[in-house]
Amino acid sequence: MASSKLPWLNPAIAVGGLSPLLLLAVQGAQGQLGANGIEFALNQTGLFALAVLVGSLACTPVRLVTGWTWPARIRRTLGLLAFTYAAAHFLTYAVLDQGLDVRAMAEDVFTRPFITVGFTALMLLVPLAVTSTNKWVRRLGFPAWQRLHRLAYVAAVLGVVHFVWRVKKDVTEPVLYGAVLALLFAVRVGEALRKRRALARERPA
Amino acid sequence: MRDKLPPEPPGSEVTPEKLYLRRREFIKNAGLFAGTAAVVGGGLYLLGMKRTRPMDGFVPDAGVVDQPVAPAQGLFSTDEPRTPYEDITTYNNFYELGLDKNDPARRAHLLKTRPWTVVIDGEVHKPWTVDVDQLISAFPLEERVYRMRCVEAWSMVIPWLGLPLGKLLDRVQPTSFAKYVAFTTLEDPEQLPGQKSPVLDWPYVEGLRLDEARHPLTLLATGLYGKQLPAQNGAPLRLVVPWKYGFKGIKSIVRITLTREQPPTTWNITNKREYGFYANVNPAVDHPRWSQATERRIGETSRRPTLPFNGYADAVAGLYSGMDLKRDF
Repeated sequence: MASSKLPWLNPAIAVGGLSPLLLLAVQGAQGQLGANGIEFALNQTGLFALAVLVGSLACTPVRLVTGWTWPARIRRTLGLLAFTYAAAHFLTYAVLDQGLDVRAMAEDVFTRPFITVGFTALMLLVPLAVTSTNKWVRRLGFPAWQRLHRLAYVAAVLGVVHFVWRVKKDVTEPVLYGAVLALLFAVRVGEALRKRRALARERPA
Repeated sequence: MRDKLPPEPPGSEVTPEKLYLRRREFIKNAGLFAGTAAVVGGGLYLLGMKRTRPMDGFVPDAGVVDQPVAPAQGLFSTDEPRTPYEDITTYNNFYELGLDKNDPARRAHLLKTRPWTVVIDGEVHKPWTVDVDQLISAFPLEERVYRMRCVEAWSMVIPWLGLPLGKLLDRVQPTSFAKYVAFTTLEDPEQLPGQKSPVLDWPYVEGLRLDEARHPLTLLATGLYGKQLPAQNGAPLRLVVPWKYGFKGIKSIVRITLTREQPPTTWNITNKREYGFYANVNPAVDHPRWSQATERRIGETSRRPTLPFNGYADAVAGLYSGMDLKRDF
């Protein structure tokens, strides 16, 4: 898989990817996030979680289309980065927005579809983050591990739905993410069909 | 995918000499590292750019009102801490000037608030088409410090300047057929570029029942904090109904029409299920997508309980006796 060694690649993704979170934390601590800083932090962390998750799902389609190998090597880092932002998003909601009011949050999660969907997406990302190590790939066996990690697609779709339902009226931005997701999925489906046809041709008549 | 990561070497193994010999590679990698990190971080930053951003030291320019003003008192004033002027004027929902909270302040200069004509017509004995400054000077201005509760569950305390709508209605003399008051915002996509996108049906329209409109709390605001109203807050003339959600407070009014039938209202047209005609602040009736039981006062961190009718229940609950507020939300 690895052609040339790119020792700087994953550290760069991690450092670059975490810098907006750091900036947000610093500005938040200094009260520089505007009139409603909590809302701002919620919007930013949620947006970054979805963007990076879609980015991680773009790795394989980009590899298939271009033949480059480096996207596959940053997939795990992007996935963990997406989980980090999703967790930060949830913690912002739980601690800063709701003040750890468990009853209010339970009511949100169980009675408001928009929160239910977002929370479900986060819950789906937890096992993926836990099993992101090489040790877990070996423990589960690659096919099973791969099946499990297809949940990332489900989480991304739920993330888009969560975003659509959040906005009061203008759905341009969430629909954009949905369109990118659909495109990525189309590439993968196309690839799967191509493989199947190739297999069928190889079979002796 | 399955490339094994080598175990981390102990620090003693990393010899400066090795590094010295591979210094070119090291420098190249350091450059690639920094470049990639900057691209990733910058890319995310740009993605988030167009979200509600704080503005640096923005203080909008507004003329000082030099008329004597009756100071707020009693029912018409809360002694809760006032929301800072900068927050009131940079955190706005005014889709005609953009969808993000800080868009209206950034685009405020596009709206020319003078000269400005207001038409008052419909079921009135004395229809009146009047220049806004004449209208304002025809009534004594009053200061009212009101709580403002947005349907999005945030709130402010705003010292408005304005005239009670009831006084204007007395002047135009509604006929006995008048049951409602309909309001219309200016429609001009050049001045209000948000109207170029069909996010809502333009122009923005709102309405009140006649008794709500006549209620002494209902204000036509022309200023805040002792200054002329900035465009982003609905200059030159906006409605303030403190016991209702903020979207009832229609901005930049060009027309006030007395009607026999309940007039259409923009958010209700847009989404009937989520935004009712009455839109009274009610902690017991949730928005379908979020709870209305609590709110965040701008400038505070923890939430506070939302009060029935935004704390004005003693004065206005009588308007709704016998009504099912869950049905007529």
